Amino acid sequence: MSAFLMPSLGADMEAGTLIEQLVPTGGEVHRGDIIAVVETQKGAIEIEVFQDGRLEGWLVGVGQKVPVGTPLAMIRAAGEPEAPQPQDPAPEPPAPEVPPPAEPGPPSTEPEVPPPDIPSPEQPYPELRRPRASPAARRLAARRGIDLSRLAPRRDGTIRLADVDAAAGAPPAPDMRQAIAAAMARSKREIPHYYLSHQLDVTAVLDFVAQRNADRPPEARLVPAALYLRAMARALDKYPEFAGHYIGGRFRPAGGAHIGLAINLRGRGLVAPAIFDVDRSDIDAVMAAVRDLVQRARAGRFRARELSDATITLTSLGERGVDGLFGIIYPPQVAIVGIGTPAPRPCVVAGQVVARTMATLTLAADHRVSDGHRGALFLRAIDTHLQQPEAL
Amino acid sequence: MTRDQIEQILRAELNRIAPDIAIDRIDPAAPLREEFDIDSIDVLTLVTALSKALKIDIPEADYPQMESYADLLDYLAARAG
Repeated sequence: MSAFLMPSLGADMEAGTLIEQLVPTGGEVHRGDIIAVVETQKGAIEIEVFQDGRLEGWLVGVGQKVPVGTPLAMIRAAGEPEAPQPQDPAPEPPAPEVPPPAEPGPPSTEPEVPPPDIPSPEQPYPELRRPRASPAARRLAARRGIDLSRLAPRRDGTIRLADVDAAAGAPPAPDMRQAIAAAMARSKREIPHYYLSHQLDVTAVLDFVAQRNADRPPEARLVPAALYLRAMARALDKYPEFAGHYIGGRFRPAGGAHIGLAINLRGRGLVAPAIFDVDRSDIDAVMAAVRDLVQRARAGRFRARELSDATITLTSLGERGVDGLFGIIYPPQVAIVGIGTPAPRPCVVAGQVVARTMATLTLAADHRVSDGHRGALFLRAIDTHLQQPEAL
Repeated sequence: MTRDQIEQILRAELNRIAPDIAIDRIDPAAPLREEFDIDSIDVLTLVTALSKALKIDIPEADYPQMESYADLLDYLAARAG
């Protein structure tokens, strides 16, 4: 029997609310099935199960908010013996934490229950590491709902009351803005970024897209982002140190090119869910995945893996932006590629000044994992692939 | 199909893509993408939905004729009307 836990869906998630139980008690589950929907700061996330078996019981009710790592349900793996019969009383499952009913008395200052210390068979939850903090700092953090793992420890590795006090001073922001703030603040605090910029000639890409789309119905048309994604995946073949996760002081290279695509959610913020296996998909499959993802992002509905498993991010300003951008790496990733808005520019080609459509291609990467020299080669490789769009 | 019917379909599809934008408050003569803050993938989604709903072909080469809400409605009315 194993516990199905509230997953960590990115560096910025502390807790989630179970909003749908999609499998009843006693129902069969298969690896990859979506069995629950969890509401987070980024929207409703569909949660997959990672084993075959039977759902023995839900431990958390619909509508309950629980910390990352809390068991949501118990799952008996296929082949495991039956649960004990009624005459042999089964051990009570741990009672789900129910918020106390509202009372007219003084407001409760009880902290949220810390996540139970359960080793996860599926994936590590680095967020569960408890930082060293003074007792006073811990108390204040619990009272103010501050996650100590978000705070930068002092040189001696501890967090003190004043650090928590400083962090508590900020006024509350809307949920998604808070999530972005937490992830980006952690990135700027922990990741030694370096930045590179390159003038990219996108004339061939835009010509290819226009030609290809001319005689195709709208549902089969491409946008340049699909080509950018494919070119990145190709370049990552040769420069794998730009895709992966930096966790616990070491870099873990990616198992595939799962490229996060930054999607602007008008007025609400930004998300960068992953397009999976871009290295193993053709251009039409990548385009279909982009469309599907953007539509679901607009509706605020993602799958869990999409938010946790991206190994590098692409942020493209599209047609209405500015020349270029320098991205902030989304932890625990180690690189982010930016593409600015293409514009006609005078260029020197074979000694002649000619008009070409140019865009600024940038890279922000983690100096703990790579150096600017390799970063430059990586950007050049993206450029080279984009000059032969028909081969993507 | 009447112009009114076409406009109803256009409004419904725009609402699907940008549900947070009040269509009555946009400037129909201003660039559609600015008014609705939509990107190229949204435009493609819109064109896909409109060509299906109105059973017309909308080639990419015609995009310059659909800069504003009013232009787009004129374009659709001329093709599907």
